[in-house]
Amino acid sequence: MRRRQPGASGVPVILLVPALVGLAFLVIPLLGLLVRTPWSSLPGQLAAPGVRSALQLSLVSATLATAVSLVLGVPLAWVLARSRVPGRSMLRALVTVPLVLPPVVGGVALLLGLGRRGVLGQYLFSWFGISLPFSTAAVVLAEAFVAMPFLVVAVEGALRAADQRYEQAAATLGADRWTTFRRVTVPMVAPGIVSGAVLCWARALGEFGATITFAGNFPGRTQTVPLAVYLALQTDPQAAIVLSLLMLSVSVLVLVGLRGRWAGGLA
Amino acid sequence: MSSTSGLQGQLRVRRAEFTLDLVLAVPAGSVTALLGPNGAGKTTSLSLLAGLLPLDTGRVSLDDTVLDDPGAGVFLAPERRPVGVVFQDYLLFPHLSVLDNVAFGPRSRGAGRRAARVIAQRWLERLGLGEHASARPRRLSGGQAQRVAIARALATDPRLLLLDEPLAALDASTRVEVRSELRRHLRDYPGATVLVTHDPLDAMVLADQIVVIEGGRAVQQGSPAEVARHPRTAYVARLVGLNLYRGRASGTTVELDEGARLAVGPAHSGPVFLAFPPSAVALHRARPDGSPRNCWPVTVAGLEQQGNLVRLALAGHPAVLADVTAAAVAALDLVPGAKVWAAVKATEIEVYPG
Repeated sequence: MRRRQPGASGVPVILLVPALVGLAFLVIPLLGLLVRTPWSSLPGQLAAPGVRSALQLSLVSATLATAVSLVLGVPLAWVLARSRVPGRSMLRALVTVPLVLPPVVGGVALLLGLGRRGVLGQYLFSWFGISLPFSTAAVVLAEAFVAMPFLVVAVEGALRAADQRYEQAAATLGADRWTTFRRVTVPMVAPGIVSGAVLCWARALGEFGATITFAGNFPGRTQTVPLAVYLALQTDPQAAIVLSLLMLSVSVLVLVGLRGRWAGGLA
Repeated sequence: MSSTSGLQGQLRVRRAEFTLDLVLAVPAGSVTALLGPNGAGKTTSLSLLAGLLPLDTGRVSLDDTVLDDPGAGVFLAPERRPVGVVFQDYLLFPHLSVLDNVAFGPRSRGAGRRAARVIAQRWLERLGLGEHASARPRRLSGGQAQRVAIARALATDPRLLLLDEPLAALDASTRVEVRSELRRHLRDYPGATVLVTHDPLDAMVLADQIVVIEGGRAVQQGSPAEVARHPRTAYVARLVGLNLYRGRASGTTVELDEGARLAVGPAHSGPVFLAFPPSAVALHRARPDGSPRNCWPVTVAGLEQQGNLVRLALAGHPAVLADVTAAAVAALDLVPGAKVWAAVKATEIEVYPG
C-alpha cells in the first residue's frame, strides 16, 4: 500500500486551501491598491496642500492619543492587574467595551458625554468655556477612546506575566510603591508597553467612525487621512487612492521601524 | 548581654497547607539556619520576617524595634524594615547594571544617585566584584550573581539578613567554593542572620544554630554538632545520615518502639533515642559467633552507590541502613532479597534522652 504524503510543506490539504484563500483575501485588496495607484501623477497628488495637512493632523493626533493612552492606560492596567479593588473583573469588562463597540457608537457616546450639552461637557462649557466637539482635541479624544483599550489590555497582560517577586525584592531594599513602579515594574514590562503603544497608535491612526461623529470633518482641523480618503472617494478617486497608499506606507514603515528597534533591544 | 539584642520572633500564621508556629531568637552576629523539607514553612518564615507577609498572631522585634505585632496593631512595611533579603534565585533586576542593582537600596533609602553608587562600588569591591560593576546581571555566573545579591542586600546596612536557599541555584561544582565564601561573608556581618535551606550541609557549614522545621513547627533546635549527633526525628536522621530509633531504656538494654531490643554501652532509663551511623553496621552471611550482642537477621531491600561505598537499606527488626564496600557487596552477594545478619556493637550506639 502506498503511503500518502502530506503536502510538500507538511500542511494537510484541508488546512492549506482555506489558508491560501485567506491569505489571498488579505493580500489581493492591497495589491489592487498598488496596481491602481496613478504612479506618474503621484508626486503632484502628494504635494497637494490638503494631503499634507490631513497627514500631519493624522500623525499628530494619533501620537497625542497614544500619549494620553500611556499616561492614563498604564496606571489603569496596573490597577486591573495588581490591585485588590472589588469588582475588578467588572472594571476589566468596562475597559474592553470600546474594543467591541462600533466606533460610530463611541462617537455618539462621546458627544453625549463630552459634547456641549453632554453629561460632563455642559460643565466644561459653562464653567471653563471649553467646547470639545468638532475640534482637534476632539479628534485626539475620539482616537484615544477607541485605541486606549488596546494598550490597557496589552500592558495588563505583560503585568500579569511579570514576576512580582522582583517588586517584593525592591520593597525589601526600601523602595516604596511608586519607586518600585517607576524603577522596577515599568522597565520590566517595557516590551509590553511598547507593543501596546504600537497597537494603540496604529488603531488611532486608522480611526474613522468615532472621529467623524465626535469631531466632524473639517479640513485642516479635524479631517484626518481616513476621513479625507472617504471624502475624496466620492469626488476624486485618484486622490483617495493616493491617500490610501500613503496611509499604508506610514503604517508599514512605523511598524517595521519600531519592531526592528524593539527586537534589537531584546537581542 | 542585652536580651533584646538581635532578632526575637514568635511567628504564627495560618496558610492553606499548614499552620506555621515558630519561636526564633537570633543574637546579633550569629547565623540561624531553618532546615526542613519543601513546604515546611521555611520561606513563609522569611516572608514574615521581611514583612512581605503579615503575622496572624505573635510578635517580631529586632533589637529595640518592633517589626510586627498584630496584638498591638504594629506592622512595619518591608520598605521600612532594617532587613536585607537574598532571594532564592537572587532576583537581580535584569534591566539595571550590577552597580545600579546594588545602589538601588541606598537610593531608595534616601541617598543621592552619586552617593548611592559610591556605596555600591565599595560593596562590590568588598565582595570582589569591582570589575563587573557595569555588567548586566545575566552576564554573571551563578556564584557572582549570588555575591551581587548579597552586596545588594547588605548595601542598606540591614540589622537582619535573610537568605532564602542561597546555594540552591548553583550547580554542584561551584557550590563548595561559594559555600565557604558565603561562610566568610556571614562571619564578617555584624547583624543577625537567618538562612533557609533544605540542605543539611549548608546548615552545618553556615549556621551557629539550626532550627529543624517540619509541617510548620520546630522539631529540633541546637548547634550543628548537636543536631548532627543527636537527631530527634526521622527526617533529621535521614538528613545527617544516621540510623535513629526511639525506645525505652532500662539499664543497658533498650526496648525499641517497633518491638526489637538493642544493647547499649552506658546505662539509661526511660524514653531514649538511639543513633548510629550506617558504617557501624557489620554484615555477615551467617550468624556470627561470640561477642556482638546486637545481631539480627535482615533482608536486603535496596542498594545505592554513595561515593566509594554502597548504602544498603535492610528490612528486619529493626530496619537499618548499612554502608559497605563494593567488595563486600560482591563477597556477600548482597542483591535485593538476599538474607544476611546485621551486627552493631553496643559501644557504637549513641543514647540520649527522648
